[in-house]
Amino acid sequence: MRSSRFDATVLTLGFAFLYIPIIILVVYSFNASKLVTVWGGFSLQWYKTMWSNQGLMDAAWVTARVGVISATIGTVLGTLAALSLVRFARFPGRMLFSGMIYAPLVMPEVITGLSMLLLFVAVGIDRGFWTVIIAHTTFTMCYVAIVVQSRLLTFDQSLEEAALDLGCPPVKTFFKITLPLILPAVIAGWMLAFTLSLDDLVIASFTTGPGATTLPIKIYSQVRLGVTPEINAICTILIGLVTIGVIITSITTKQAEMRRIRDEHVAARGTT
Amino acid sequence: MAKSLGPVKRKFSPWTDPSAVPFIRFENITKRFGTFTAVDNLTLDIYEREFFSLLGPSGCGKTTLMRMLAGFEEPTEGRILLQGKDISGVPPYRRPTNMMFQSYALFPHMTVEKNIAFGLEQDSLPKGEIATRVEEMLKLVKLEQFAKRKPNQLSGGQRQRVALARSLAKRPKVLLLDEPLGALDKKLREETQFELMDLQTKLGLTFLIVTHDQEEAMTVSDRIAVMDKGLIMQVATPAEIYEAPNSRYVADFIGDINILEGTVASTDSALGAPGRVRIDCGDIAVSVEQECPAVAGDKVAFAVRPEKVRISPDQPAGTSVNAVYGEVWDIGYLGDFSVFLVKLADGRVVRAAQANVSRLVDRPITFGDMVWLTWPLDAGLVLTR
Repeated sequence: MRSSRFDATVLTLGFAFLYIPIIILVVYSFNASKLVTVWGGFSLQWYKTMWSNQGLMDAAWVTARVGVISATIGTVLGTLAALSLVRFARFPGRMLFSGMIYAPLVMPEVITGLSMLLLFVAVGIDRGFWTVIIAHTTFTMCYVAIVVQSRLLTFDQSLEEAALDLGCPPVKTFFKITLPLILPAVIAGWMLAFTLSLDDLVIASFTTGPGATTLPIKIYSQVRLGVTPEINAICTILIGLVTIGVIITSITTKQAEMRRIRDEHVAARGTT
Repeated sequence: MAKSLGPVKRKFSPWTDPSAVPFIRFENITKRFGTFTAVDNLTLDIYEREFFSLLGPSGCGKTTLMRMLAGFEEPTEGRILLQGKDISGVPPYRRPTNMMFQSYALFPHMTVEKNIAFGLEQDSLPKGEIATRVEEMLKLVKLEQFAKRKPNQLSGGQRQRVALARSLAKRPKVLLLDEPLGALDKKLREETQFELMDLQTKLGLTFLIVTHDQEEAMTVSDRIAVMDKGLIMQVATPAEIYEAPNSRYVADFIGDINILEGTVASTDSALGAPGRVRIDCGDIAVSVEQECPAVAGDKVAFAVRPEKVRISPDQPAGTSVNAVYGEVWDIGYLGDFSVFLVKLADGRVVRAAQANVSRLVDRPITFGDMVWLTWPLDAGLVLTR
């Protein structure tokens, strides 16, 4: 197809709209000048100061731990929710349950955060590291449930029946057959949950307490005092991590696809 | 010289022996899903080493019945006995039955070898024995060189054989086969049918097969149960089902048949006393030699298979019994057989099949010819149901 000048323009504008802010952020992280808006030559000094900024590093460490722990718990719970939604087609209150799984997706974060806060206050839990984890688990598990559910819908249940039939008890069947086959979806769900947790400012700021400042909260509070190039540096690192993640995922998918095509050729040759 | 086919097949009919103990017994089984009754108060005996088919259209309850034996469904009412023991409540992973699934259900993340070994590993057999058994199974289904392949690297026929090997590896007391050959093409299917029969004889196992393909059921089975709407219509050997169907449904479901509705005009026959039954079917009268409980005036159906109807351009000499006259309306040439559709004076169509025994015929019957259709007294059937 011949691409018209119009198409090219629209494409350029679209991508520019999406990526110029990010490019500016990345470029200014290498700025030698202390002023964010004035280019003073190339330098890596902000990466160095960032590294020695204890507050920022602590926040990054908290965020990483919150992300890993809440994504892991959320993935376990979300996978279980997806299993029960797909497998037990008829149980009382199924509609209500599936509706309730999706609700946090559309619920304004402020409300989720506030209700969490009220709960923790009412129960009398001291807010801090674990309350952020609980809050993040509750909203990330919905996303995991949806990702895993879509995989389970196309899962041939006779595979599990075959395992049972061959003498494998149900729990073992889950770990030997079901889990290995839905693992890609479970991992995708975990990554999504981790990213969402990493990214969250609103819910975390409602539920956090002293000593558990996450990176988004830290960045946000620093920016209020003025943007420093250090922030640009840490954001650039975050962008880099996410990009690497995306590239690895797409390469593995591509390889799996190539392997599948190769297998089909092998099967076609081996028909005799 | 003809190739040896191994020992001559034995005559096998434990169901005629009143002292024989059934291997599997379905006793007054009912299965309901909500308001839908899938299986309706059904009783059925299957004997050891039998190759038994459940045959019927989709939705007749045959798969449900098999799944109840495998343990995937529990009967709503009634019980299932295996070797005299009630197996209700025994989970599928503790039943001595194995199933070959319609979709084959091969584990895609495991090699052929691992798939076959899976069941044996659940029994915690020693590694060496598992390896020996797997090898034995691979040899049985002639897939030795494919041991290390994954299921998606196999053709449809090979996958089917892996599924078979996997379900046989544990040497189950009963092998359940759910539409096992449905996904294969016709030629391969026919080959596999004979392989299955061979295997069953060789291993001495009881096979229960679910199918909607009547030819398949006829070929492989010792006995067939024809099912409809959760009920068993008839249980008999393939020959009995074909030659002596007990109802319009079975007659019509198995093979091709002419069915003429009519009334019993007179009868010398009763239950236990074969005799001649005369039936008025509109303009034509037919006679049958049969044991038949119907009395004069009963509404019945007369049925005759097309291949038992002789077609001829000349009026048959002598008898006028079971002779009808009509016009050739259509011809289906099937190679080995030709099927003639003959339209009678009252508009009804009777089919006659003729084997094409010689390559050239002097006076071939063709469209529009007026022909006589005749059949002997013992060729037809009276169906009361």
